[in-house]
Formats: sequence, C-alpha cells, structure tokens
Amino acid sequence: MSTKETLTGAEALIRSLEMENVEIMFGLPGGCILPAYDPLLKSSIRHVLVRHEQGAGHMAQGYAHVTGRPGVAMVTSGPAATNMVTPLCDAFMDSIPMVCITGQVSTSAIGTDAFQECDTVGITRSVTKHNELVMRAEDIPMAVRQAFYIATTGRPGPVLIDMPKDVLQNTMTWHWPTDEEVVDSLPGYRPNVKGHPKMIKEAAKLILASEKPVLYLGGGVLKARAAEVVKELAELLQIPVVTTLMARGAFPDNHPLCYGMPGMHGTATAITAMQKSDLLIALGSRFDDRVTGKVNSFAQDAKIIHVDIDPAEQGKVRKPDVPIVGDCRQVVEELLKAIKELMAEGVSATDITPWRSRVNGWKEQFPLTYDMSGPGDKLKPQFCLEKLRDAAPEGTIVVSGVGQHQMWTSLFWEFNEPYTWVNSGGLGTMGFSVPAAIGAKAAKPERTVWAIDGDGCFQMTAQELVTATTEGIHVKIAILNNTYLGMVRQWQEMFYGERYSEVDLAGCPDFVKWAEAMGCVGIRVESVDEIDEAIALANSINDRSVVVEFRVEEFEKVFPMVPAGASNDEVLLHPNQESRREFLK
Amino acid sequence: MSSINSNNPYGDSRQHHILSVMVQNRPGVLARVSGLFARRGYNIYSLAVAPSDDPNYSRITIVVDISATPLEQIVKQLFKLIDVVRITELDPRKSVERELMIATVRVDGERRGQISELANLFEAKVLAVGADAVTISIDGNPEKIDDFEELLRGYGIVESQRTGRVALPKLEREARKGATKGKAS
Repeated sequence: MSTKETLTGAEALIRSLEMENVEIMFGLPGGCILPAYDPLLKSSIRHVLVRHEQGAGHMAQGYAHVTGRPGVAMVTSGPAATNMVTPLCDAFMDSIPMVCITGQVSTSAIGTDAFQECDTVGITRSVTKHNELVMRAEDIPMAVRQAFYIATTGRPGPVLIDMPKDVLQNTMTWHWPTDEEVVDSLPGYRPNVKGHPKMIKEAAKLILASEKPVLYLGGGVLKARAAEVVKELAELLQIPVVTTLMARGAFPDNHPLCYGMPGMHGTATAITAMQKSDLLIALGSRFDDRVTGKVNSFAQDAKIIHVDIDPAEQGKVRKPDVPIVGDCRQVVEELLKAIKELMAEGVSATDITPWRSRVNGWKEQFPLTYDMSGPGDKLKPQFCLEKLRDAAPEGTIVVSGVGQHQMWTSLFWEFNEPYTWVNSGGLGTMGFSVPAAIGAKAAKPERTVWAIDGDGCFQMTAQELVTATTEGIHVKIAILNNTYLGMVRQWQEMFYGERYSEVDLAGCPDFVKWAEAMGCVGIRVESVDEIDEAIALANSINDRSVVVEFRVEEFEKVFPMVPAGASNDEVLLHPNQESRREFLK
Repeated sequence: MSSINSNNPYGDSRQHHILSVMVQNRPGVLARVSGLFARRGYNIYSLAVAPSDDPNYSRITIVVDISATPLEQIVKQLFKLIDVVRITELDPRKSVERELMIATVRVDGERRGQISELANLFEAKVLAVGADAVTISIDGNPEKIDDFEELLRGYGIVESQRTGRVALPKLEREARKGATKGKAS
C-alpha cells in the first residue's frame, strides 16, 4: 500500500485477522471489546455468536483440531476472559493452535479495579504459550502477526492478545509487518524443526538392531502432519504401532500393525507391547502419566528414541537414549533416508517376526470385550458405540467429552483417518464435546460430526446447541446416559469400597425435551431394538442438530484399567479375560 | 549466617545454582520467569535484574537452591518462554559473584572507631554518620559480605539491605594474557 492509511485500532485488528486468513471466529461481545465488533459488521470473517465464552474457546479448539489452522476466539474483559481460561489451558495441554482476543479496560483504568477488569495476562500467563497486553494501536498488526506465528510454529499452542478499549478506539497508521520483521521481533523464539543428523543416524541404527521395537505415536504426529511418513516407516520394517489418546487416527486402526491405544485404559496388547519392548520409538508423545503408569516400572528394558519438537519434553519423564528435537515429519523423513542408507550399506534389519507374532498373540487373546446385555437389561454403552460406529458415514469426525464414554469411544471406534478424533486429553475438560463438535463442523461442513458425550459432560455445556441451531451448524450428539459421573463412580466402586459419594446424577433432566427446546431433534433409546432405527434417523437429519440419548447400564466399567500409580504390568483385564492373564507374559 | 551454602534449608548436599538469563526488556517478563519457579513451590534465593549493555535486553541473575534434575527441567521451560533469548548456568566455582549491602548500625561515639576500623579492614565505605548510628556500604563476594554482616551484628544492625547477586563467568586461565607465571611447563 503506497498511501498511508489511518485506521482505528479496532479496524486494524479486524483487518489483521483477515490478513491472517481467518475465515471464522467464535465469540461473544461485551463492554470493552465493543469497538472491535463494529468493523466486524463489514468484514469477510464469519463470527459465530456463542452462549458462553467457554464455548467459544472449545469451538476454536475443535476448528483447530480438524484443520490444523489456528482457531480464533474473541470475547470481552473480566468474566469473559476468566471463562476463557479453561479452553486456553486445554489448548495449552494438548498443543492446539489458538488465538484468543480479549477486551480490556482502557489503559488509564487498568489496575483500578474498574468494572469488568481482571488481570487477564496475569491470569492466563501459565495457560498460554504466550500472551500480550497491547498498549498502543500501532502495535496491533505486529501483535496479531506474532500471535499467529507463535501459535502455529514449533510446538503449537494458544496465544492471547489483550486489547484495552482505548487502544481499539485510537487511530494508527496501517502497516503490515513482513515475515522478517516478525521473526526479528522475537529473538528468543527460534523453534528447531530439523533433527540433528547424528542423532537421526544413531536412531536408525538402534531401530535396525532392535528385536522388539514399538512405535509410540503421540499427538505431535498429527500436529506435524506426519501420519503418511510414519506409516511408511512402520511398513518398511513392519514395526508394531500404538497410538495414544491424542494420536488416535494418526495410524489406521484397521492396519495390521496397529495395536490401539496404550495407557490407563489402553488395550492389553498396546500396554504389554510397550512393557516388553526393547525399543520405544516415541514420536510426538510425552510419556504422560496416563500412558506410563508407575514410571520406574514402565518399559524397563526399552531403549528410548524420543522425537519431539519441544526440547523441554526430552528427559522430562524418561531419559531418552537418543533425543531428537525436531518436527516429527521432517525427522521421520530423514530417519527413513538414514535407515535406507544403512540397509544399502549392508546393515540388515533384525528379524522382528517373532516379536510381531508374540504381539499378535496378545491381540488374539485379549481383544476388547464386554458382556452383552440380557433381555430387558439396560443398553451397554459399548454396544451403542459399535452401532454408531458401524452406521457412521465415511469420514465422520468423532468428538468426545471426558470420562468413561471418552475411553469407550477411543477404544471401540475405529479411527482410520487422521483428524477424525477430537477430544480433551491432557486437561480432561468435561463439557468439551458439544462446543468442540460445533467448531469441528464449522470447519468441515461436508463431514458428519458425532459428539459422543456423557450425561455429566452434556450438562456442562449443552447450551451451545442453541448456537448450533441459530448458526445452522448441525452436529449430532450421542449421550451415553448412565445417570452417573461414571468414571468417578467406577473409581469409588473399585478403590473406595463402593462408597458412592456425590456421583449420582439421577435427577437428570429430560434430554429429549431439552434438545427440542434448543431447536434440535431429540431421540431417546432405551432398548436394543430401538437402536438401529434411532441412529439411522439421526444420520438422515441434516437440517438440524440431533441429540440421541442412550439409556445405558449404570454400573458398566471401563476395562482394561491400570489403577492410578500402579505398574502397567498390573493392568486389570476385563473380568472375562483375567483367567488368561498368563498369556500376557 | 545468611549464605545460601551455609544455610541450606534442605540439609543435603544441594549446591546453589546461578542462572544468567538474557531476556527481552519488556513488561511481564520477570513474572513469566519467576512463575516457573513458583509453580513448583521453589523459592528464588536472590534475584538481580538490569538492562544489559544492549538496552533492548535485560540480564536476570537468579540464584536458586534446587537439585540439578528439576533445575534442568526449569531451564528448558525457561528457554521456551518467548521473551527469553539466552540462558547460561554459571558454575559457582567458575564464576565471579558480587553483592552489595548497605547497613545502618547502632553505635555510640565510643565504638564508632571500632566500626570505622572494621569497615577499613573489609574495604567497606561509611556512607553516613549520625549521633548514634552509622550507615555502611560494602560490596564483594557473598561470603565476604556474610562475614562482615556477622561482625556488624554484634553492634546491633538497625536495618540492612543486600542486593541480589550478580555474576559473570571467570575468565579462562588461558585467556588471561601473559599469565604464564606458575605454570609447570
């Protein structure tokens, strides 16, 4: 632009978002952010008006999960900013790129306990990758550029920009910083994407020499768009693969090398394969306590190759034998080259057929299982999930809340495509699924989006279905209603001697009426013979959101389970399989 | 004694660590840095912050009493902060450490001479003299200041203030020009 253009801070903010190719944002206006909502009227950006700010945050996350692009949320100051803390923390824990804009009281009023004032940058400092209080209108374009750059590069994460009202009202001379200016403005931020060649070669040697390797895939594989190349690596040497809760779909579940999810509620095969492995190739995974169980008895005989873009993950939980800091896709590409070179030089890969047949043996002996319900009994949640899974259209995106239903969905769904599984892993945010599903559907309107929710979770954020209805973003919600805080109930049953304390949600509302009140179709399923028809109906409705309530067995438990603090060797199998435990050797 | 080494609250062999952190000179940076210690319930023993030779950057010198393993993790996480440009851990054995203390000591006329003499021995400066008190300033390595403070205590310290510790790496012997004396061969 040759002529100097004068804009208000608010106009500069919206234009900056347009320059960053933002197509949709989720938010709710209020006093301090008011100026920014005016230029939005004539912007190309679609704004989705939520019913609670937390919903805006989770929608932005859902959008980011399925697109890889940063989700954008904009809300006002004070209570709106504090309502955003949970989604920010959730995005921080799960490395979701997100940019959040909050209003703030005018610069002259900051620190005076003004109406709807809170110390937003102070409150969100530890739940964001970075945050910034913008004090001058002319700084807005740079702040926005930095936010998108930081949110999407290195280990992705949420960035918050706090915008005082007067900064939005003041005028500035428009200037859009160049890439170079952005990089130069952040001398302390230089993410390392390329792995060290020496370490990569070292890793290649270890992999070829290993007799019992396991590829341990984490969410970083998805963030790095590395699923294809990881598959190539697995297939080249026929290495067994496990996918963590954050990596479901990063490797196809229907692939013969896939052994499912490891961890507290992982498959017996995935857990045991890691325990008995002599080499864990950790790609974008972080040795979370839910995966390792008791750390000092986790995969004791395994050497560790740890590929992660975040240097702070190296050695945080388990000291790697070969640490590689870099982008998963680039590193695995180089690793493949190194392996092929070594093989060309005559280094042969160790025969891992015996190991694979051992792992396959576990898979045969310990499939996922549950007891079918008898005539007249309540539905089994796993059965409902299998029915939903089998009827789901190609490319369906599945979103879950947190608890038993989340674990069952992760276990019983079959994820064969990356970016079709959206959930709250690290923070474990109940209420995540309804808004996240709306965000995912807004990003991928051509896809069917099923949110699998619990009755407890649904009651936390269900109001966003009003948003879905008014915005025409039609999602499908399956509530596995066991009238309990199911996972907590399971722990009280197993570890607190069946002393149930404050887990009974029996006074649950009429979900069908509630759905209808929000403009959705509500369906209740109470018996096996109603399931197919209800799911077919739900799948056929495309002009409204649908809520299907499945009345399921209250006392069903998630198995397998590694009790908190126990070793993964002590995994509790489904009671039907306990007698075969010796085969896990 | 107030020295971090002699007053190790953990009663084990942990050694104090000195981190020299170069940061962008911007609001909120100190809160980000100190937050990583506070989050784990660790206390920062001493802290000194001032602009570096380039005013766009500040150097934060942090002295902490943490065992090496969590410190390594904190250092990695510190480095993740966008505003942190460089971190150096200074080995106390290979660093020059300095602190400054000013103290007001109650003395009557009779004993003022003793204080003055003590100040001379420690190369401290008398900044102000009142009818029944003097204010003294001393700088030097932290142990020297500990010793001086201990001696002053006998006279009655009214108020005292120590700065945070600042530190730089010692020059390598090889780098000291012409320092050949004493070398065996």
